[in-house]
Amino acid sequence: MWQALYEELKAHAFVVITVALDKSAEDARPWIEKASPTHPSLIDTQHVMADLYNVVNVPTVLWIDERGRIVRPNDVVFGTDTFKHITGLESARPLAALRAWVRGETAGYAPTEARSLQRLPTTADQQARAEFGLGDWLARHGRPEAAERHFVRAGELAPHDFTIRRGSMPIRGLDPMGPPFRAMRDAWAAAGQPYYVPLPDTRG
Amino acid sequence: MLTIIDGGRAVDVEARVAGDRVLLTPEALREGLGWELHEGTLCNDSMCVPLPAGSSLASGGPLDLAEVAAALDRPLAVDVVERAVYLGASARERADTLRSLLAPDFTLPDLAGRSYTLADQRGKKVLLVAWASW
Repeated sequence: MWQALYEELKAHAFVVITVALDKSAEDARPWIEKASPTHPSLIDTQHVMADLYNVVNVPTVLWIDERGRIVRPNDVVFGTDTFKHITGLESARPLAALRAWVRGETAGYAPTEARSLQRLPTTADQQARAEFGLGDWLARHGRPEAAERHFVRAGELAPHDFTIRRGSMPIRGLDPMGPPFRAMRDAWAAAGQPYYVPLPDTRG
Repeated sequence: MLTIIDGGRAVDVEARVAGDRVLLTPEALREGLGWELHEGTLCNDSMCVPLPAGSSLASGGPLDLAEVAAALDRPLAVDVVERAVYLGASARERADTLRSLLAPDFTLPDLAGRSYTLADQRGKKVLLVAWASW
């Protein structure tokens, strides 16, 4: 998916960089080996990129121009329609928009508009990331009960941040595809909150 | 002892825990975090920040780590039982950087352990994709 798109468009001075927000390279390895990417395919076990870009769920995609400027902030785009029946998000339109931008047929967002579409991290969001970071360190140092306190606290502080709430599940021995995830997602939906927050023109 | 995790690096320093407070000596603060107190300001190698009004850090006693974090405008997660703390990134700093629209730079490894830096892609359009196996 992202690999095919990269191969299709790489002649246009374009690169795809994927970042796996997984607890270990081994968790991401089967997916990466299956995709055999020729673009940089990176592993971010400490959520460095998530912290810098205020990434709160996956997938999250951004467009960055040749000068290193964000011209399309955090959006939710799937490379295929495999999960369309669950997510309600189609890939065709956002991928067509991406192709047009890469080929130089369209521009990204102007700065004012790009800023108006950004969601910036709050003090509570950053406190949540610190709690997650401490939980992660404690878990890696054999103190799972202590780690749990901080993962729970992080989720309370930033209930919309699923890189924390779902991303911590494999570290905590919870199934991120199973009942704990479904209970969390259903409770969030029952509270009237969206699990995915795409940009308005992706949502359609 | 206390483990301070800052910017992905863990350092052990001498510290005293009093209730839910973590108290450091000026030496431990310098060793652990690289900050020193100078007449109402906190300084490291590259910058100085003023202490907030009413900060106890200026009193000359043990340094409350929560007040240090507050002065630096950074979040602090504390586990007094395990004697470990995590100093996170300032919300204001993160928000200001994103608002500038200059893509924050990072260096991360691939599966083979090769490091890649985002800024090395200048001159190309980049599609940055965060994903996970979960």
